[in-house]
Parts: sequence; structure tokens; C-alpha cells
Amino acid sequence: MKTRKLGRGVAVVGAGMSGFGAFPGVSTRDLFVTAFQEMRASVDKGLDPGDIEALYIGNYSSDLFEGQGHTAPIMADWVGLTPRPATRVEDACASSGVALRQGIIAVASGLYDVVLVGGIEKMTDLPTERVTDTLATAGDAVYEIPPGFTFPGFYAAMATAYMDRYGATPETFMQVGIKNHSNGALNDKAQFGATIRQIMDGKVARAEAKGYPVPTWRDEMDFLHDDRANPIIAWPMRLFDCSPISDGAAALLLVSEELASSFSDAPLYVIGSGQASDTALHDRADLTTLRAARLAGQQAYEMAGLAPADIKVAEVHDCFTIAEIVATEDLGFFPAGEGYQAAEEGLTARTGPRPINTSGGLKSKGHPVGASGAGQVIEIWKQLRGVAGERQVPGTVDVGLAHNVGGTGQTCAVHIFERR
Amino acid sequence: MSERPITGTAFYQYLAEQKLMGSRCRSCGRLHVPPRPLCPACYGDEMVWEEIGGEGKLIAFTAVHIAPTAMIEAGYGRANPYCTGIVQLDEGPAISAQILGVDPSQPEQIEIGAPVRVAFVQRGEGEKERTYLAFEKA
Repeated sequence: MKTRKLGRGVAVVGAGMSGFGAFPGVSTRDLFVTAFQEMRASVDKGLDPGDIEALYIGNYSSDLFEGQGHTAPIMADWVGLTPRPATRVEDACASSGVALRQGIIAVASGLYDVVLVGGIEKMTDLPTERVTDTLATAGDAVYEIPPGFTFPGFYAAMATAYMDRYGATPETFMQVGIKNHSNGALNDKAQFGATIRQIMDGKVARAEAKGYPVPTWRDEMDFLHDDRANPIIAWPMRLFDCSPISDGAAALLLVSEELASSFSDAPLYVIGSGQASDTALHDRADLTTLRAARLAGQQAYEMAGLAPADIKVAEVHDCFTIAEIVATEDLGFFPAGEGYQAAEEGLTARTGPRPINTSGGLKSKGHPVGASGAGQVIEIWKQLRGVAGERQVPGTVDVGLAHNVGGTGQTCAVHIFERR
Repeated sequence: MSERPITGTAFYQYLAEQKLMGSRCRSCGRLHVPPRPLCPACYGDEMVWEEIGGEGKLIAFTAVHIAPTAMIEAGYGRANPYCTGIVQLDEGPAISAQILGVDPSQPEQIEIGAPVRVAFVQRGEGEKERTYLAFEKA
């Protein structure tokens, strides 16, 4: 594989996000303003917004979710940046990971010195079935959706192939959910700021208060096996295997490497970037891996001159619990077929040897699809700058990775960041 | 059989005639199911329709409880889940299809590798009635 290099160095010098969650009455532009203001406040040496030269906005489907197309100029307008060029990037759930890559390429090319990358999505205005329909448009509307596939269904099908080949069980997937909820409980931006145990205890307390029959779950796994508390969405994926329906926005400020120190005391340098595409799921030779993720990861490692072992913290695209296990294999953290054992053994816990999704991941933090890729970078920003608070990974955390998948893996973008 | 253009519309027209059709590349001989007008292997664009035998095996599946609108209108949903999956045909290619002849409420009993045979299901009422691809456990 050809090793690709950026034309010049690029750094992230600002990062901010809205809360992720369900926010009635708040639209994408409002969420974006919140993210933009937090990004501005994060720039150590201050930002004059007038210095921003272009915007790249990841947005999957405001058209269907909120009846709003052509979102990039609206975001530019609402943060006072017209008439600068504003480009919307759509690659399903990888929209803002790919927008980030477009922003990086724009700076690396020398065309711009200061670029704003954003991600936006507003999903909770629609009822669940219409959200299901809208997400399904990221699949193949001619050959995959008519037979009845849904997004949980696609990942559930991958899970059955994975279980059959390697011996994982639905309980393995539940462990991933428990771990990500425990991380998300430490993140004040997370949609679910609660562990599975806290959610369980809350349900018991509510039943007691209302005089309803009180559930008698023995532990988290007992709760997760309860069809009423944790219903099947698409077997073997249950409710707590699925990322939620979310609203949210994120914003990142990119500058050329030579300008980085005039904006930031601790810039994050972009040292690796990769992106790949793939066919519909049924056309792939192997259903237990995402080829686009493997290729995007290899490209990013090659550009960075690093190996998987060099990554100290990673945010991976856990739209469903099975997806996190597959991601940890595709990125080379574990051999194919061993990611599930690593999850079971706690190796991917925040305090384990291979911390994955310290933010809570899409599962707990929330998954406003077009904002998720940029949102992942905010966690890497915090971890690498040592400001992740209670969820800070111990030790020297100087290299981080973000892995953002679109659809069933028809798109994947991987980025590696370094704090020098 | 070659008079129809190689399109998704034609694929579904053939399904309505109880035929599962793929396209074969005249340059490299590769078979594509679903049919494609351009061969990704050799970039050949001389494709001919070919009827598929309809035997295959189940390589991935799910039982869907939270259904999309189209399947809810067909009577499926939480109280009546359905099975969908990916079938690898004996000819080699694989395709997405609804899976019949299995119990979606007992997904643990459904086996990867199970032999299946093509079936054609009607969904939708009146003018919206259409034939969809399915496979039935053999």
C-alpha cells in the first residue's frame, strides 16, 4: 500500500460540543451554536471567528429528520461566518469523520490556514419507526431494505456470523454495553449519564414509588436478559446493545501546523488519516470484519508511522455493541476473533491496557449520527490534554485514535492524533 | 431474455415472474447477484441476464422486532417478528432476503449454514403490491 502524506502538517487547536441527548424544541443550528461557543472557549490563546476561512459540516439527514436540507450555509450563517465557503459532507454516520478529513485535506493543501469542522444531527423529533426508516436509507434501498433489513438488523446479522465463527454469545455484547455505560456515567455530555446498575436501581425505585410490582433483578446481566427491561430490537441486538436516538453537535478548529502554537498551548497534531469505502453487506467476502475500517486504519497507521500498540486511547464506532468488538479487531488491537474475549476480560475498560470509548462511546454518550465522528475527536482532545476529569486514562496519554463508520461499513474514516 | 436493461427495476420485474436473475460478464465470466450493469472485476459492460438456480445457504440473519414502516404495513412488528438475512447462493454470490420457514421467536434455533431455497413473497396491497425476494429453509 502506498504511504500517503499530508502536504503540510495540520493541528486541532479547539474542540467543543453540545450535550448529546434528546432536546425538544432545539434544532441543529441551535446545537451547532452551542458547540461553536464551547470550541471558541477551548482555544487557549483565543480565536477571532473572522480568522476562520472555510467550514466543512458533517450532517447525515437533516432533510428527513427535520425537513432541512442545505445545512452547511445555515450553520455558517448562525455562527456569523457567511460568506465563507461552507460545505456539507454526507457519508451516513461517518459524515463528520469524513468532514474532518476534508478539512484536514483543505489545510494540508495550503488552500486555507484556519478551518472549522462541524457535525450536526437532530433525530428526536421523529417517532421511532420513522427514525428507523431514515437510518435505513444509509443501506441499499434497492437490494437491502426491501427484504426487511434495518440498521440494528444489519449489525445483528454481522453478530450472528461472528458468533457462529468465533463462539461469542449475546452475553459478550452485553459486557460492552455495561462497560460503555460505566464510562458514560463520568461524562456530563452523555445522553445516558448512568451505569446500567444505576438505570436498574432507578427502575426499581420508580416501581416502588408508584406501587407497581418491584422487579427482582439479581445483577446487571439478569436485568439485561429481561425481555421487558431490555427488549430485543433485532436479535441478538437488544435495546442496550443499540446506541440511542440523539440530538447533538460538535465543532473542531483546524489550523496549519505552523500556526498551531499561536492558537494553542497544547495542540493535537493530526498524524494519521485514512478513509475507505465498501460494497453492500451481502457482497462482502467476510461478514465478521469491516474491510473499509481495516483499510482506513492501515492508511492512518502508515501515515503516522505507528502500530496499533502505540495508541493509548481510542474512540471507536460502537453504534451497536458488536461493532465495538469488530472495530477493536479491524484496528489491530486484537487478532480477528479475539476481540470478544478481550471485551469479556475487561481489557478494553478505562483502566485496562487498551482503553476503548472512555467517553461512553456512541452507546452511552449518544449517537446524533452526523455529529458522532467529530464528537469522538472531542474525547481524544480531552484525554490527550489531560482534562478528561474522572474518566482520564492514567499514565502518559499522548497518542489517540478515532474510528468513525458510515452505514454497515460502506464508509470508514480513521484519524490518529498526537500531543507533542 | 436479454432485452431488459440490467437494472433494479428489471430485477424486481423478474421476481414478479418467479425468477431470480443475475448478470454475467461476457468479458471475465463473473456472475453478479444482484445484477450489475458494469463488472467491478474487469470493468466489462457487456452483461447478460442469467437465471439463478435458487439453492443456497444462510450465512447471516436476524429476527427483527422493531420493524421499518413497510414491514409494519405488511403485518410485522414486536408481536410478529420476521427473519431477514444473507444467503450465499450455490453459484457463489450472496444476496439479502427475507428468510421463511424458520421461527423468528426462537432465533437461537436458526442455524448459520442451513440450506435454503428461493421463494417469492407478495407484500403491499392493491397498486403497491410487489414481489420480494425470500428464501425458505429447505
